[in-house]
Amino acid sequence: MYRYDEYDHALVKDRVAQFRRQVARRLSGELSEEQFRPLRLMNGLYLQLHAYMLRVAIPYGTLDSRQMRKLAYIARRYDKGYGHFTTRQNIQYNWPRLEETPDILAELAEVEMHAIQTSGNCIRNTTSDPFAGAAADEIEDPRVWCEIVRQWSTLHPEFSFLPRKFKIAITGSEHDRAAVKIHDIGLLMKRDASGGVGFEVIVGGGLGRTPFIGRTIRDFLPKEDLLSYLEAILRTYNLLGRRDNKYKARIKVTLHETGAEEFARLVEAEWEAIRDSALKLPKEEVDRIAAHFEPPAFRALDSESPTTDARAARDPGFASWVRHNTVAHKAPGYAIVNISLKPVGLPPGDATAEQMDVVADLADEASFGEIRVTHGQNLVLPHVERERLSEVYDRLLAAELGTANVGLLSDIICCPGLDYCTLANARSIPIATEISKRFADQRRLDEVGDLQIKVSGCINACGHHHVGHIGILGVDRKGVEHYQIQLGGSATEDAALGKILGRGFSADEVVDVVEKLVSIYLDLREGDERFIDTWRRVGQGPFKEGVYDAA
Amino acid sequence: MGQVVIASRLSDGRVVFLRASADAVRPVEWVLELDAAEVAAGDERAAELLALGEADAETHQSVIDVYRIDVEEVDGCLRPTRFRERIRCCGPTVRPDLGKQAVRGGHADVSL
Ligand code: SF4
Repeated sequence: MYRYDEYDHALVKDRVAQFRRQVARRLSGELSEEQFRPLRLMNGLYLQLHAYMLRVAIPYGTLDSRQMRKLAYIARRYDKGYGHFTTRQNIQYNWPRLEETPDILAELAEVEMHAIQTSGNCIRNTTSDPFAGAAADEIEDPRVWCEIVRQWSTLHPEFSFLPRKFKIAITGSEHDRAAVKIHDIGLLMKRDASGGVGFEVIVGGGLGRTPFIGRTIRDFLPKEDLLSYLEAILRTYNLLGRRDNKYKARIKVTLHETGAEEFARLVEAEWEAIRDSALKLPKEEVDRIAAHFEPPAFRALDSESPTTDARAARDPGFASWVRHNTVAHKAPGYAIVNISLKPVGLPPGDATAEQMDVVADLADEASFGEIRVTHGQNLVLPHVERERLSEVYDRLLAAELGTANVGLLSDIICCPGLDYCTLANARSIPIATEISKRFADQRRLDEVGDLQIKVSGCINACGHHHVGHIGILGVDRKGVEHYQIQLGGSATEDAALGKILGRGFSADEVVDVVEKLVSIYLDLREGDERFIDTWRRVGQGPFKEGVYDAA
Repeated sequence: MGQVVIASRLSDGRVVFLRASADAVRPVEWVLELDAAEVAAGDERAAELLALGEADAETHQSVIDVYRIDVEEVDGCLRPTRFRERIRCCGPTVRPDLGKQAVRGGHADVSL
């Protein structure tokens, strides 16, 4: 993976020293809160309901064991023993002290991490396919391009004060595991007719109060031209984007108001002027960065894995885990292992310091030291020998990390909601935990199959409810928590926004409604249809009738 | 029943409440326990407390985000009437081991 060079080190260290001075001046009263607030936000420090919250960037969701151990150490030493992995592949600490934040940032800098650009109207951490460098269907490792974007966008002077925050996602295969169509810019790697590698450029996706699925403004962009094209998009947006109204400032609104065709035309015109500038990356520079992402030294393995198969034949729990939590790897005899952070009854995405240490140890012993964070709020050991799955599973189970539910109903994406977040209207975590308890039975989970539930505690949609097969949105109805349900959303290459089912429900009713929706699906299912397939075939009608007529 | 002035402590972000004191120099204390806060019975006193809190925040720069909340008394303990403030005064409902509730108990009233 990428290692900092002297510029990266100097930049991050300077930033820590600068923030240390700013915090000291704030604590002495020399700076007012009004002056200090933007400074702390620029360093990822928010104020939430119970305490400050520190958001630490995990660039494109890739980290190594040493970094994971540091995250565990910070959780233990400076926080309350846990961290929360987010849909942006970052980690959030819920209880850091302002006084100690410079020390935390200094600890992070030691392992080449920071909290820069995790807040504010700038280009945020670029997210990517968590299986990058491992996926069997990958064209090229997208992290090379994520890293190039990271270097280009870090403290970019022209794009440090955009109309609004800006999120880019890049995948390395045509199968989208990074939800690129709900990002300000989504880049889907593909080949053109002559076999050249490039990206489909998708712009203006986003959730929140005005959700949009992104629109393709260019079918194929040769990869060498990525930076100049991104710069052209950002420039066009920076000029056109609305600064008069926060709710209309995202590029999705700009695109909608300008029209995708006109927006594309403006971008292309800008691009013509700069495409052969210094932003056109020389091959040596791309190669230099790509060298950081060279695959590890995979052993030449047999594709058979008798130990794993034998255990799967006698241990149904293990068989479920292999089936749901492991994915085909590009190297024969290897597997990608998903570690579920969705145990029954516990907050989605949370991991204790001890669990982080276990994952770091396993990464060292069985995955070339590599770890990934998924936008689905799980972790990944990207390169595990199939013959060692049994051993890895046992270790995960012992650390309560062995839940076999990745991609299933209880693998719920869920924002912090009113349990932590100042902006929330309702709690989201208890909705997720109650659903997971209701569907705790593995056989039932297996039977229901692929079903994505996503829960947000307010319209900002950090829990991606618009693109859940079942999306749940918490609202405040006269001071009481209330939940709206929508169906039919999707966050992958067939991205779609869900449709609201009808009137909302009280907190106590939500789990029953989910159960009802699932049973309607099971009744209507044909063949091996997933929930979303059945919904697409039969439409909202039968679900709506089933839920409301019964009531 | 009345109102209490609430804020976040600058140094660590913890939720604190205002208690007026007799100290002539700094007539305000910020306490961690809701039950130790001063409850203003009427609107006039509540406005006074808020003004005291804001002035103290300005002068001493030890708290931020000062505002008033409505509270009622339940079983001899104070409890905010708004759900959001109840969570602020207790801690995350999903982690009863964390936040003020870990010391004070509570949240029986906000279970799902
Ligand atoms: S969706 Fe709303 S409640 Fe949830 S984390 Fe985002 S802002 Fe907070």
